[in-house]
Amino acid sequence: MINIDKKLKITIGVVLGLWGLITVIPFVWMILSAFKTNPEIVAAQPNLLPNEWTLDNFRELFQRLNFDVYLLNTVIITVLGFVGLLLNAMAGFAFAHYEFKFKNFLFVLVLATMMIPGQVTMIPVYLLLNQLGLTNTYLGIVLPGLTGAFGIFLFRQFFSSISEEFFEAARLDGASDFYVFFRVALPLSKPIIAVQGILTFIGGWNSFLWPLIIANDQRFYTLSVGLQLLQGQHGTNYALQMAGAAFMVVPILIIFIIFQKYILTGFNISGGK
Amino acid sequence: MKSKKAPYFFIAPAIGLLLTFSIFPIILALVISFTDMSLAGLADYSRINFTGFQNYQNILQDSIFLKSITNTLFYVIFGVPLVILFSLTIAILINMGRSRYFSFMRVVFYSPSITNIVAVAIVWAFLFNPSQSIGLINRVIGMVGIGPIGWLTDTSVSKISLVILAVWRSIGINMLIFSAALQNIPRSMYEAAELDGATKWEQIRFITVPQLKFSTSFVTITTIIGWLQFFEEPFVMTEGGPLNSTTSVALFIYRNGFQNNQFGYAAAGSLLLFVVIICATLVQLRLQRRAD
Repeated sequence: MINIDKKLKITIGVVLGLWGLITVIPFVWMILSAFKTNPEIVAAQPNLLPNEWTLDNFRELFQRLNFDVYLLNTVIITVLGFVGLLLNAMAGFAFAHYEFKFKNFLFVLVLATMMIPGQVTMIPVYLLLNQLGLTNTYLGIVLPGLTGAFGIFLFRQFFSSISEEFFEAARLDGASDFYVFFRVALPLSKPIIAVQGILTFIGGWNSFLWPLIIANDQRFYTLSVGLQLLQGQHGTNYALQMAGAAFMVVPILIIFIIFQKYILTGFNISGGK
Repeated sequence: MKSKKAPYFFIAPAIGLLLTFSIFPIILALVISFTDMSLAGLADYSRINFTGFQNYQNILQDSIFLKSITNTLFYVIFGVPLVILFSLTIAILINMGRSRYFSFMRVVFYSPSITNIVAVAIVWAFLFNPSQSIGLINRVIGMVGIGPIGWLTDTSVSKISLVILAVWRSIGINMLIFSAALQNIPRSMYEAAELDGATKWEQIRFITVPQLKFSTSFVTITTIIGWLQFFEEPFVMTEGGPLNSTTSVALFIYRNGFQNNQFGYAAAGSLLLFVVIICATLVQLRLQRRAD
């Protein structure tokens, strides 16, 4: 850390403040526009604040459009994503604390999957899920992204840092491998589960590509796919679009601000090595 | 006692899913890319014909594919340096202060990274609206007598508009990676430099930047890979238009696969992209090693 005097510090603070303001303007404008009526936005140059605050845009999303269905689907998909978190933890635990055949080969294979671009797997995975009859199902939407190399890697790193003796003590008392994992290892890994859990939630809430490809039926649309449809069908109703966007973005921003400590330090665990 | 079978139970679900949805699809993509598989072939396998290198020959003569390659290069060449420059600058500035205000700025700059791409693309399309009364950006630059600019409707600026959105969105995560690395630079290095009379700028130039070599190369590789796969921004904001001026390779693949149902053709395109990504990574690693 460079030593700086007070004057320089204030200058830097002002620069960051202005830059930060520009960074959040899209969010501010989105939220304010969501409470305006569309005629107000389209007519003349609108004021910064709505002339009359209205909830009609949100009402329309949920009453006339199907945002209630999209919301339910998004919640289901997000919750199912947590199964993947458990599978990543199990795999990470095995890679950290067991010796088995092909262990190193398999771990390299896991890491290699990080290199594979989504565009390459997109078509074959669609054909595969189509063949299995899993298009337009929650399972089909969730399966392709359920486990990920990055998650497995982080869990392995974490479990490697825990001494084997913790688990050995439980085993001497006659505990099975599964008991050791669920009752000893998982409770120990709360910090990493917190980070991964928040990231899983954000990832699930924001997921776009697989719901877009796998769900052709509106009944299985998630919020992001529904929002994309809204933009196509109500291209000039900006107030409605901003309400839809705000409904997707604001909950995530709130969660992020509440849990920012976990998320931001989580990157120190992964990025600072 | 540790059971011999236990580790296999633990890894089986995760490895099984990765094999099914990551490794096996590559082989499948390779096979499909040598066939004329389309919607008809999906319903009836007997209608799939082996066509050899036909897809590859056709795609390399497809003017839209070639256009999408130059567009993608534009995104990479302008986007990657901007992302690195901005995220590094912000990380260094934030790291100069220790107060709550500075940690709060970290939250501010990271926030675009966690938001939904469809939602922010819609918001930015609204900001970029060509009309001076509807689009905020045109309204603001109109106050100083510029524009209005057809940010998303003019073929000469449409790519720049998408780069602006994508840079805005990817600063956060890279800033965090730089921040983490900055905190690992020993304080004593700066103190020694200060005693020798080095200015702040010299300290950044000769201590901070060289110390960040590892994270800079990590950020460079991941950002290049990410931008080579540029997809959601053009898909949601412009659908590749106007006149394919924003179509990226990834969007080209998606369109041919899922809108035209030319699975074989799209698979060939995706494998070409894969090869480019691998080459770009290897070149970058080689350059890195030479620099060391």
